[in-house]
Amino acid sequence: MSQKSSPENSVQDKTFLELVEELPPERESVIPALQKIQKSQGYLPEDALETIADYTDTPLANVTGIATFYSQFYLEPQGDHTIKVCQGTACHIKGADDILDELKRELDVKAGEVTSDGKFTLTNVRCLGACSLAPVIMVDEDVHGNLTTEKAIEVLEEYE
Amino acid sequence: MKVTSKEDLEDIKKRGLTSLQSDKTKVKVGLASCGKAAGGDKVFAKLEGTLEGQEGIAVEKTGCLGFCAREPLVEVEGPEGDSLVFEEVDEESAARIANSLKEGKTPEAKVLGRKGNGEKKYGDRKDLNSLDFYRSQKKLVLKNSGIIDPESLEEYAAKDGYFGLWKAMNKYSPGEVIEEVKSSGLRGRGGAGFPTGKKWEFARNAEGNPKYVICNADEGDPGAYMDRSILEGDPFSVLEGMAIGAYAIGANQGYIYVRAEYPVAVERLKKAIELAEDRGFLGEDIMGTGFDFELEIKQGAGAFVCGEETALIASIQSKRGMPSPRPPFPAQSGFRGQPTNINNVETWANVTTVFIRGAEWFSSIGTEDSKGTKVFSLTGDIDNTGLVEVPMGTTIEEIVYKIGGAERGSIKAIQTGGPSGGVIPKEKFDLPVDYESLQEAGSIMGSGGLIVMDEETCLVEVARFFLDFIQDESCGKCTPCRDGTKRMLEILERLTSGNSTEEDIKILEELSHYVKESSLCGLGQTAPNPVLSTLRYFRNEYEAHLEGNCPAGVCFE
Repeated sequence: MSQKSSPENSVQDKTFLELVEELPPERESVIPALQKIQKSQGYLPEDALETIADYTDTPLANVTGIATFYSQFYLEPQGDHTIKVCQGTACHIKGADDILDELKRELDVKAGEVTSDGKFTLTNVRCLGACSLAPVIMVDEDVHGNLTTEKAIEVLEEYE
Repeated sequence: MKVTSKEDLEDIKKRGLTSLQSDKTKVKVGLASCGKAAGGDKVFAKLEGTLEGQEGIAVEKTGCLGFCAREPLVEVEGPEGDSLVFEEVDEESAARIANSLKEGKTPEAKVLGRKGNGEKKYGDRKDLNSLDFYRSQKKLVLKNSGIIDPESLEEYAAKDGYFGLWKAMNKYSPGEVIEEVKSSGLRGRGGAGFPTGKKWEFARNAEGNPKYVICNADEGDPGAYMDRSILEGDPFSVLEGMAIGAYAIGANQGYIYVRAEYPVAVERLKKAIELAEDRGFLGEDIMGTGFDFELEIKQGAGAFVCGEETALIASIQSKRGMPSPRPPFPAQSGFRGQPTNINNVETWANVTTVFIRGAEWFSSIGTEDSKGTKVFSLTGDIDNTGLVEVPMGTTIEEIVYKIGGAERGSIKAIQTGGPSGGVIPKEKFDLPVDYESLQEAGSIMGSGGLIVMDEETCLVEVARFFLDFIQDESCGKCTPCRDGTKRMLEILERLTSGNSTEEDIKILEELSHYVKESSLCGLGQTAPNPVLSTLRYFRNEYEAHLEGNCPAGVCFE
């Protein structure tokens, strides 16, 4: 829960506040604020949700409700790179499940988990819209297409 | 400098034409997401690096040429508009292309075809437009994609861009603009096909100010990427359409709601908005007419249901993206409770075409009730996957076999309309694609995903796949969708794992009708379509599963 009294946290709070300050302090700023924090921190720390609740004058329960509704937001720290395995229709019929299984094996994680060295988060995504190159994965903001299980592993080497 | 007169606009056009028809040899790399995913960035870097400082040669980026299966595509265009398009270019062939150009030779690499005035120089090569993939296409919405630099307003103007807005604002009253859209016969390209002019009229006549216009770029259907390609390849066409709509409706503020998964589209849009503002096509006093229109990008946060109008509005207002009952329709009470008009990306781009080319011309294309063209993303078990634009009324047969190059005999069905659509068996491929025909066949036009499925695809498993998707994306607000689709998914899981009972198919069918009739929003109302259409055409596959037999050999592994 909130530990605003501790100096360390208050410094962090200030940073969170600085991140969202350019947005108008209103209810409609909640999602853009969450996006800003996540972009800078890689996830949404609990204190950041409180900062946003205060700043936008929105109950913390609502801010949390919004953060948990959308698949883009994470409440836990993520790996340095996020791998999204596309599960769209074209990828599904072209073997996306095999790619996912291979990545799970290689990284020794389940979907939604972070590798033990903190390097990668492995997740699913519904469709990346690169269906003609199915199966595809997205690592951070780069889309890699026409994959095989071997090529998917090779792609990871670019992010070592 | 801001544009305030037609002369200013003509001036920009002139500069664009100079840039398009420069005396340099242009090397254009298709760098929409597909091109990038296939390795286009490395190809671009290689070409740029090797040709740096080379006089008379310019390396440029462009949007999607449509033939995604052959990406990365590189076009080499000579000063006389003679061009050759290379396919499947990698770093090695990019280096070869660059070195040949340095030496003034014709590059040796895999050629897709010649283009423009290439006949004289490359007569032995096939003309791109004679390839089966391109021959029956008609490009209205994608006409600039892959041809202009998407980050150049001048090049957009060279293709008559912003002349549509000019005409709308200087020749027509807002009411006349709406009449023009009505007489064009344009219908919404987001799925349901509601007449666009009528929708605008509701918003214009609604009481309350301010009014808003929104572009729905939350393209969430798995297997569909038309809107992404339009935004990446020709962003100004969407901005222009929105400005025309805002003028007609009387809105001074607009939003573009883009999915989080489309970073390239967001970057292109940001750049386009900035350039349009600098030139006076957006912002205060547009083109000196006194009309103001501000446009802002709102990024989605990952929720399929936000493609539904009322959920989208909730999301823009930073709420959980849950739909609300209609009426009131957004035209009466939408964003911030004010009259709001929402159209999708392809619809807005079509509006621009209607005003550049005229409503009469537009309505001469297509069928009696479905006018113009439709962009489809053609994917699945075919060779020629890609983005195709065909006149409404083109048969599925033509799209699958001719454009897609599918092998006759191996194809079983086509899926249209994503999770809201259905499956159409090959026996019905003579159907024309228009709103009504597809609906009668148990599917929908939808946003434009076409997924070709061969004999090795199990349609019970496909139905399970879509229900799994819907169940995951159901927002949970109404019971039929939240619980009904869950029960439906469970039955399909039993069927595909070999644990089903005789009664399952009957209950599945019953539930489908309940969910369809009683769900709150479009997501739930259309969720049973994949099940109902596969039951209609492939009931034998369901029955085979009851006996532990998967005809496609996919299930029970």
